[in-house]
Amino acid sequence: MSQESTKISKKALKDFLSEAEEIVEKLYKDNEKIVESLKKGSVDQDVLNSLFRGAHSLKGMSGMFGFPLISKLSHNMESLLDGLRLGKVRMDPKVLDQFSEGIDLLHKILEAKGEGRKEKDQVEVFIVKLNRVAKEQKAEAEGSPLLSLDIDKELLSVLTEYEEHRLVENVKAGVNLFKVQATFDLMSFDRDLAELTDVLKRQGEIITTLPSAGMHGEGQIHFDILVGTGKNQEELNNEIEQKGVMIVPVSVKKNDGAVSAIEQIGAETIVIPRETIQVAPSQELAPPPGEVSLRSISQTVRVDIAKLDNIMNIVGELVLSKAELSRVSERLRSQLGFTGSVVDLLKAVKDLDRKLNELQGGVMDVRMVPLRQVFDKLARTVRKLTKEMGKDVDLEIYGADTELDKLIIEDVGDPLMHIVRNSIDHGIEPPNERLLKGKQFRGKMVLNAYQKGNHVILEVSDDGYGIDCDRVLASAVEKGLVEEGSQLSKEEIFELLFTPGFSTKNEVSEVSGRGVGLDVVKNNITRISGAIEIESEVGKGTTVRLTLPVTLAIIQALIIDTCGRSYAIPLNSIMESFMITAEQIETIGKKEVVELRGRTLPLLRLGDYFQLNRMESSLKSYYVVVTGLAEKRLGILVERLSGQQDVVVKSIGEGLKKIRGIVGAAEVGFRKTILVLDVSAIINEVMEKAPRSE
Amino acid sequence: MSSILHVLIVEDSPSMRSFISSTLEAVGDFQIVETGSGFEALKALPRYRFDLILTDINMPDINGLELVGLIRSRPEYKDVPLFIITTEGNSLDHEKGMALGADGYLVKPFKPEDLQDLVCRRIQLNTHRGRGKQ
Repeated sequence: MSQESTKISKKALKDFLSEAEEIVEKLYKDNEKIVESLKKGSVDQDVLNSLFRGAHSLKGMSGMFGFPLISKLSHNMESLLDGLRLGKVRMDPKVLDQFSEGIDLLHKILEAKGEGRKEKDQVEVFIVKLNRVAKEQKAEAEGSPLLSLDIDKELLSVLTEYEEHRLVENVKAGVNLFKVQATFDLMSFDRDLAELTDVLKRQGEIITTLPSAGMHGEGQIHFDILVGTGKNQEELNNEIEQKGVMIVPVSVKKNDGAVSAIEQIGAETIVIPRETIQVAPSQELAPPPGEVSLRSISQTVRVDIAKLDNIMNIVGELVLSKAELSRVSERLRSQLGFTGSVVDLLKAVKDLDRKLNELQGGVMDVRMVPLRQVFDKLARTVRKLTKEMGKDVDLEIYGADTELDKLIIEDVGDPLMHIVRNSIDHGIEPPNERLLKGKQFRGKMVLNAYQKGNHVILEVSDDGYGIDCDRVLASAVEKGLVEEGSQLSKEEIFELLFTPGFSTKNEVSEVSGRGVGLDVVKNNITRISGAIEIESEVGKGTTVRLTLPVTLAIIQALIIDTCGRSYAIPLNSIMESFMITAEQIETIGKKEVVELRGRTLPLLRLGDYFQLNRMESSLKSYYVVVTGLAEKRLGILVERLSGQQDVVVKSIGEGLKKIRGIVGAAEVGFRKTILVLDVSAIINEVMEKAPRSE
Repeated sequence: MSSILHVLIVEDSPSMRSFISSTLEAVGDFQIVETGSGFEALKALPRYRFDLILTDINMPDINGLELVGLIRSRPEYKDVPLFIITTEGNSLDHEKGMALGADGYLVKPFKPEDLQDLVCRRIQLNTHRGRGKQ
């Protein structure tokens, strides 16, 4: 197979990997559903079947695309699932544990995108274990009761082995079997059929859905749905509201509970009248009309994010062209007044503006993905870790539908994982300790996401130890990060946890439960222009809050002038701006501040920050742009504000990457390029140096 | 007879679908309609005059066997070459498919050439037969 696989294009391989990843995701999800339902004592056959199909697809695909190891692994998992769904293997928590280990292994191999010696050994060992468990749980095969049942041979001939098994199970359970017959319009049957199957699923189990060649007129299609249900014909009939549906008993439970087949199918049918009954003259579907336009059937496309970035860039440049166009037309207007063509031009520019906005919104929308994916992964980590560490944690998830830019989602996964891990590892107490403290035996962890303006807030909370400020401070003093006797506020102390090399696992964790590599987490979050904060109370628990921009691709920015240069400040980090006179600037301990509604706002001159020329001193008044990051505020002092503009932030070369405070560059028309401030980095740096004095 | 052959692919895995498509496109001029489920296939069937149908068995809505059964029960589709693409291990299912009137089956993993051979041989045969009839 390896030789053939060289023929497979890179794109095909990429498609395979992303589809395989999706399947593994689905496997995880279905497996969890099964675990949950098994706890309640029943197993959802639909989910089990979906699990089987996932393993089955993966096996087929991976073989085709030259991943024999994945193929082998999923083959063995599929066999087990087949045994489970066919009742040949008993459903047992042990089996499921083994199975979820298999999914982990699949995930690992996929992630490595290759199959080394190590993976190979792991797979071999796993398969031996899996087969052992399957053998232990082997169920006795029983004779098929179908033989004694008068069921259409034709029907049996199209049932897959699985469907046949489900039919047997239903017969064994002694429920009633009905054939529900319905005729729908060919163009809309999927919706009608889905509606009907939804109703039927609530009444029992759908064993199979057969499209039938039997009776239907032109443009219609007929279905026989084989249903097993505890309800009788009349009860079932009452549940179905759709018209034109017939219910035919296949076998009905007698009063003594024995099952008897009804000899003459069709003898006891109930017909629900249909308004426009088109009893099909037994005429076949009209022969296909010759050449019809080949419309595509599939409704979705998969797109490389790089392509979207490219479109976004073009949109950004269009926005710039539009800005120039609008400037030119304004100039014309001032020169010529509102003459005919000038008015037309202004109108056209306005129209263009509106359409561009729509375009921009459309492209943005495509980039957005719900946090659900990340949350699902986190939920798995929580389950896995709690098991490993002998802790008991209930996880609550809110706002999984909150959307973020795909690129941000990618970057936020690892930091979140780190935070969650910390919380379980060091935040939540072991069950016994919790009982002693008078807490619930099971710990609680909450993942919460919600949108707030142009930001998405992500919170990870636990009800564990909480952080002991005194211990953190003592540790910081010991490390020489803070002078002995310093008076720091709670927030400032929590801020210390993000200092590189502040603490190692062994030292603070037992008490505080935090401090493991949080500086790395913070760096990652800052890189995507986000902020991280901690709130905690000893004995009650800790909340870590991430504030993230919804997108980074195209942003609204305020263009400011200072020290003879222009900069763009992202609007989403600006709270407000106002004018002050030079006299209003006060100095507290060498730092400039200004009084704003009773609060002291620290001020920053960009000239000092970037070591530029001095600001123009002849000016009587300045502007203060108040920037904010989570709860922190910083006023940036500038000479002039020169308007708002949409900008596409482009990264700057490697050489300039080391300069803090700059997130990238943006073109702003007239072929002028300006730097875009990285407000979160500036605030973090400035505030660290000068803790807020209130 | 038009030289472009219409092919219906029924397969729920997108990457398998495009793999099959590109494998076929490499050897001939095909107009390929890809569908991801039995339902989609049912909708597509009357819209085109297909020269070849390739279907998977394990699919989320109706299974491939049911599709084979339906297709073979209609005079207008009776002679359309139809192959089942299945995955190893389900011999019972593809045997049933053959009994329902499929012309053959391929077991994943297969080599691209296997599919090309199977299709080319069968389609040529059918085109000749079709010409003979007219």
